[in-house]
Amino acid sequence: MGKRVGMEVAIAASEAVALCNIDVAAVYPITPQSHMAEHLADIIHDGRIDAEFITVESEHSSISACAGASATGARVYTATSSQGLMLMHEILPIVSAMRLPIVMGNANRAVSGPLNIWNDHTDIMPQRDSGWICMFAENGQEVVDMTIQSFKIAEHPDVMLPVVLNIDGFQLTHMIEPIEFPTQREVNKFLPPRKPFASLHPDHPISMGCFNMPDIFMETMKAKDTALRNSKKTIINIWKEWGRQFGRIYRPVETYKTKGADTLILTVGSMGETASIAVDEMRKKGVAVGLVKLRLWRPFPLDELHDAIKGCKTLIVMDRAVSFGGAGGPVATEIKSLIYHDKGRPRIVNFIMGLGGRDVTVNDFIAMVERAKKKKDETYEYYGVRE
Amino acid sequence: MSTVQNFEIYVPKLLDRREFFSAGHRACQGCGEVLALRLILKALGDDIVVSNATGCMEIISSAYPQTAWEVPYIHVAFENAGAVASGVEAGLKALRRKGRIPDRYVKSVAIAGDGGTVDIGLQALSGAMERGHDMIFFCLDNEAYMNTGIQRSSATPFMAATTTSPAGKAIKGQRTGKKNVAEIMVAHNVPYVATACPSYPIDLVNKVKKAKAVKGPAYIHVFSMCPTGWRSASEETIKLGRLAVETGVFPLYEVENGKYRMTMEIPKKLRPVGDYLKLQGRFRHLNDEDIERVQALVNKEWRKLMNKVATSKPW
Repeated sequence: MGKRVGMEVAIAASEAVALCNIDVAAVYPITPQSHMAEHLADIIHDGRIDAEFITVESEHSSISACAGASATGARVYTATSSQGLMLMHEILPIVSAMRLPIVMGNANRAVSGPLNIWNDHTDIMPQRDSGWICMFAENGQEVVDMTIQSFKIAEHPDVMLPVVLNIDGFQLTHMIEPIEFPTQREVNKFLPPRKPFASLHPDHPISMGCFNMPDIFMETMKAKDTALRNSKKTIINIWKEWGRQFGRIYRPVETYKTKGADTLILTVGSMGETASIAVDEMRKKGVAVGLVKLRLWRPFPLDELHDAIKGCKTLIVMDRAVSFGGAGGPVATEIKSLIYHDKGRPRIVNFIMGLGGRDVTVNDFIAMVERAKKKKDETYEYYGVRE
Repeated sequence: MSTVQNFEIYVPKLLDRREFFSAGHRACQGCGEVLALRLILKALGDDIVVSNATGCMEIISSAYPQTAWEVPYIHVAFENAGAVASGVEAGLKALRRKGRIPDRYVKSVAIAGDGGTVDIGLQALSGAMERGHDMIFFCLDNEAYMNTGIQRSSATPFMAATTTSPAGKAIKGQRTGKKNVAEIMVAHNVPYVATACPSYPIDLVNKVKKAKAVKGPAYIHVFSMCPTGWRSASEETIKLGRLAVETGVFPLYEVENGKYRMTMEIPKKLRPVGDYLKLQGRFRHLNDEDIERVQALVNKEWRKLMNKVATSKPW
């Protein structure tokens, strides 16, 4: 086991990428991802790992260069945020359809306009239907662990899909946290070099990215959906393997003090840590509240969510994104539709909160639980807006 | 792999007899672009990986589950051939260095149409060339968005009628001259830049081989006659390419380390541009005065080029 060190999470993310012995990185700088890009450049320019570092002229080109490199059979990484992810948007579904196992770190940040560089989830939510495996880290240790896991998941022959790991911008990327790094030897054991299913080389010429006529396009789309759904089994197995090797357990849906709770808070990403402190405080005062943290967003872990919320009366879903003119935040809307048929399903209260770096404190979570008790309907509500 | 019938009669030992772009693709009758592509691939040989932009050549060659490509091929999107080819080059380089693929030199080749090069693909091309990737970028220029129905691009010539630069009563076709991307590539310090045309196959093949020998970026702008988009007779494709060169509309030259050199015979007097224009429906609306305006622009571009040929020195 490696030793614990204090490190900025963005730097730690790139250290984790280095442990994975990548072949190619193509990165374009954007706040708050920039420390990830800079540190990866340091690692490669210092020759600590043998990899090509492509200093692309845009995020559109970073994901495109990653596609080309991944198609040759290389292990490939990129990182971005907000506008950069939006610029990549066009290429994301192509990468998943081509089954290219690229791993991307996304330092979650608000999408313009107006311009705002601080944290929320409005960048990743519009990418929901791109066919990528999409997960959220809650703290620095998870960022390191999940970065390494992501390569193994993406490249697994039963998966072969790109993975985006969400790391809340500033709130997580710029924190200095105690992190335990696995050793190179341990990572090598967990993650051997990539063995591509198909690759671009003149010794075995293939055509990749052929277009589909209407007679085959739907079959391709269903196959992609099936692949993404089926990946959950492998993800869970790889997390179990990680747990056996490193002793840290990862599940698609994490729970905290849910036993006997009639009210559950559901969070995504780093706000889970703040919410857990709020749960502690409320529990001390006898409030039967617990916490459910959604780690895996795509494929959606429906069975695990059912198990986690069983028996609760009120589910308070915290959304750090807006679906303008829609039925609520993207996470709440999705959960509502997924549990629509459940007998005795909980009442869902949806708060839109923490947009564009607006702080959400322990007291805010307590206030939202109190507000949820009084709320009669299931319409969504903005929390903390000055009007 | 298919081979040409009667090869010894038609092509006297100058070209690879193997075909890397199969017959049975869906190109239009008389397509100059696919002829250029076939010659380019013959000149490159089999140790390449092609990154193709969305466009005519992609659509006519790769309807799943069929493919015309006998070399490794990837198509991702419209505007990113330069970036994809950058990634391919980096991937091959890293994997070769790390002993995960055979220790053999493989060239990364990007192929795009004029839209995928001069308009939507210009940024990715600029980035790739500026970074100095070891790759050749081919622009197969048929002077408009032919695949989507003949819309103008910034490579469309002055006064040509397209579906978005129609020959109207108030505005007679394309209002601007052709963007000179070969010049832009020279400004990127690309060590080998050339123009070519499949009507001059030996010249084209020689340039492709030169570009392949460069260990670094190279750019070739290939004039690609398009009977469908130019409203010309399909049997006059080769003739149109020759006329474009002889009138000075599309001069053939190369720029090696900044030194310009004409690869065609320099005529004392260029053929009148009308000889070229009158064979094409896209210029049908031009009157004598309009043809004079086109001639003046061609003359100006020709003078600019001659100045560079006379004064440029290798870097």
